[in-house]
Amino acid sequence: MTDPILKIDAVSKRFTRKPGLAERMVGRFTGGGKPITVHALTDVSLDVAKGEVLGIVGESGCGKSTLGRVIAGIHAPSSGSVALNGRPVADERHGTVHKLTTQVQMIHQDPFASLNPRMKVGETLAEGPRYHGIIPADQVRARIRALLEQVGLEGAYADRLPHQFSGGQRQRIAIARALAMQPEVLVLDEAVASLDVSIQAQVLNLFMDLRHDLGLTALFISHDLSVVRHVCDRVAIMYLGRLVELAPADQLYADPRHPYTQALFASIPTVGTGRGRFEAIKGEIPSPIAPPPGCPFHPRCPFAGPRCRAEAPRLTGAGPARTVACHLNDGGVNMQRGAA
Amino acid sequence: MARIGNVLAVPSAAPVETRGMRLRNFWSDYRRSWLAIGALAVILVLLVASFGAPWLVPQDPYDLAQLDWLDAFLPPGTTGSGGYVHLLGTDNAGRDMLSAILYGLRTSFLIGISAGALALTLGISIGLTAAYFGGRIEALLMRVVDLQLSMPAILLALVMAAVLGQGVPQIILALVVAQYAYFARTTHGAASVERRKDYIEAARSTPLPTRRILFKHLLPNVLPPLIVVATVQVASAISLEATLSFLGVGLPLTEPSLGSLISNGFKYIHAGRSWLSIYPGVFLMITVVAINLVGDQVRTVIDPRNSR
Repeated sequence: MTDPILKIDAVSKRFTRKPGLAERMVGRFTGGGKPITVHALTDVSLDVAKGEVLGIVGESGCGKSTLGRVIAGIHAPSSGSVALNGRPVADERHGTVHKLTTQVQMIHQDPFASLNPRMKVGETLAEGPRYHGIIPADQVRARIRALLEQVGLEGAYADRLPHQFSGGQRQRIAIARALAMQPEVLVLDEAVASLDVSIQAQVLNLFMDLRHDLGLTALFISHDLSVVRHVCDRVAIMYLGRLVELAPADQLYADPRHPYTQALFASIPTVGTGRGRFEAIKGEIPSPIAPPPGCPFHPRCPFAGPRCRAEAPRLTGAGPARTVACHLNDGGVNMQRGAA
Repeated sequence: MARIGNVLAVPSAAPVETRGMRLRNFWSDYRRSWLAIGALAVILVLLVASFGAPWLVPQDPYDLAQLDWLDAFLPPGTTGSGGYVHLLGTDNAGRDMLSAILYGLRTSFLIGISAGALALTLGISIGLTAAYFGGRIEALLMRVVDLQLSMPAILLALVMAAVLGQGVPQIILALVVAQYAYFARTTHGAASVERRKDYIEAARSTPLPTRRILFKHLLPNVLPPLIVVATVQVASAISLEATLSFLGVGLPLTEPSLGSLISNGFKYIHAGRSWLSIYPGVFLMITVVAINLVGDQVRTVIDPRNSR
C-alpha cells in the first residue's frame, strides 16, 4: 500500500447525555437520573490510501455514520485521532467542534435535507470556495457552471432553487458542492440510499467517473452490499462501533472470514433462487449504551465460545492486506492458558 | 470496478421559478380573501393619511399658536374660528380632533412599527443563539424568556414605562422589553427544527463560520413564521401603547397618540362630549383589527398545509 493519506488512529466516540435537574431529583428516589453514555465508536483504526475507495458497511446503529462524521470533522473524537496528511481534521474547544481543513468534504444521504431550500444552487456551490478563497473571485461564475456540467447538469441551473430539482439532480448538486471545495477526501454517507434504483445507477456512475478523472479518495458508507461491491476497493465491516473485518472487496466477497460478515452476506436477498429463505441473523443488535462484554457479536454468533464472552478480539492479520477481529482467526473460541 | 449500465437521460428540471414569481404567487393566494384585501387597503390609507397628515389636515396640534380657546368643545361638523369645518369636532383646548387623531395615529404607527422591528431583531438574535448553540446558553436564555412569557405583557410594559418615564423612546423601549420574548420563543422553536437538518451540517463541514451559518442558512429558513408574529405584534404594540397612554404612563397630551387622546376625552364622556373619546377609539380599533386581519391572511397563505 502507498502512504496513507487519511489516518484514523484508535478513534472512540462516546455521546453522553447529562440528566436535567428534574431527572436528577426524580432519580434520587428511583435510582435513575445518571448520565447516559452511548458508545458509538470503540477503538477504530483505519488507514486510507490516496486514490482508494473504502467501503464502510454495517447495520443501522453500528456507528458507520458516526465514523463518517468524525472523519468529516463534524464530531471530534472522544479519544484517538483522525489525521489528513499528518494534520488533524478537527479539534474541540469549550465543547464546540472546529473543523480545521477544507480537504475533507461530505455528501449526505437525503438530498432533500442537505441543500438550503432558500439558497440558489449557484450560491450554494460558490459559498464555500468563495469564503475560503479556493476559486479566484472573478472565476467563480465560470467555475460553478463548469462544476454543474461536470456532474451532468446544465450550467444555467445555477440560478434555480433546490425545490425545482428531482432527488437525483439534487444529489448531483450536493456532489458538485463537495467538489467545489477541491477536496482530497470525500465522505459519502449513504449517498445513494434514498434514490430510486435507476437514479442510484446514474449517480454511482457519475461518482465512478469523477473518481477516475479527479483521483478522489473516498469513504463510501453504505448498508447496501451489492452497491459497495461495485464501487469500493476495500471494505470495512463494522459492528456495534467496532471494526470487525477489513479486506479488499473481491477477497471479502469471495471469502468472508468474520461470522458477522458471513451472516451479512447470507442475508442478501438474491434473484433467481426461487422460494429460498433468507438467512436472517438471529437476535437484535445489542444496545450501544450497554455493549456486551467480550466480543460484541457473541450473543448472536453461532460459533461463540467461552473466550468470546470474556475477551474482546483484536484485529489480526488473515492473509495479505486483510484483518479480522475474531477469536476463530486467533487461537480459537475456547479459553486459553490459565482459564481452566 | 464494474460500471453499472442503464444510463438514463437526466430529466430536465421544472420550469424556472424566480423570486418575482414567488411574490406573484403569494399575492394571488393572498387576494382570495376580500376581507384581507380590504384590511390591507385600510392600512395603506391610514398609513398615507397619518404620515401625510402635515399636508392633509388644517391644523398642527403640536403648535400651541394654532390653538384657540374659543374653539374648545366644538361638536363635529362646526366651523371654527380658523374658517374651516372641524369634521370630528374639537377638544377642551380647541384642537381639531381629525388633525389630532391623524397626528396621533402617526405616533402610534411609529411606536408600533419600531417597537415591533426592534423586538423582532432582539428576539431573533436570542432565539437563534439559543437554538444553534444549545446546552447551557440555550437553557439560560430560554428560561428567561419562559419567565417573561408567564407574566402579562401589559404588566411588564406598565412597570417599564413607570420606571423609564414618558416619551417616545422610553415607550418603545418598554414595548420591546415586553414583546421580544414572543419573537425569541417563535424563533427558537423554528430554529431548533431547522438546526438539525443536513444543510446546516453540510455548512458546518465545509466549514463556514458560525456567523454565516446563523444568518445565511438558519435565519432565512425560520423567517416565514416570524413575519406572521411580527404583524400581529405590531398591532399589539399599538394597542399596548394606547393602553399605557390611557393609563397616564405613556405619552403626554402635548404629543398626542391615540391612547392619550382617548384618555383626555374620557374626562368629558359623561358631559355629552363623547366624540372626544369615541373617534380616536374607532381609529385605534380599525387599525388594530386591520393589521390582525392582514396577519391572519399571511399566516394562511404561507402555511404549507394550505398550499395548492
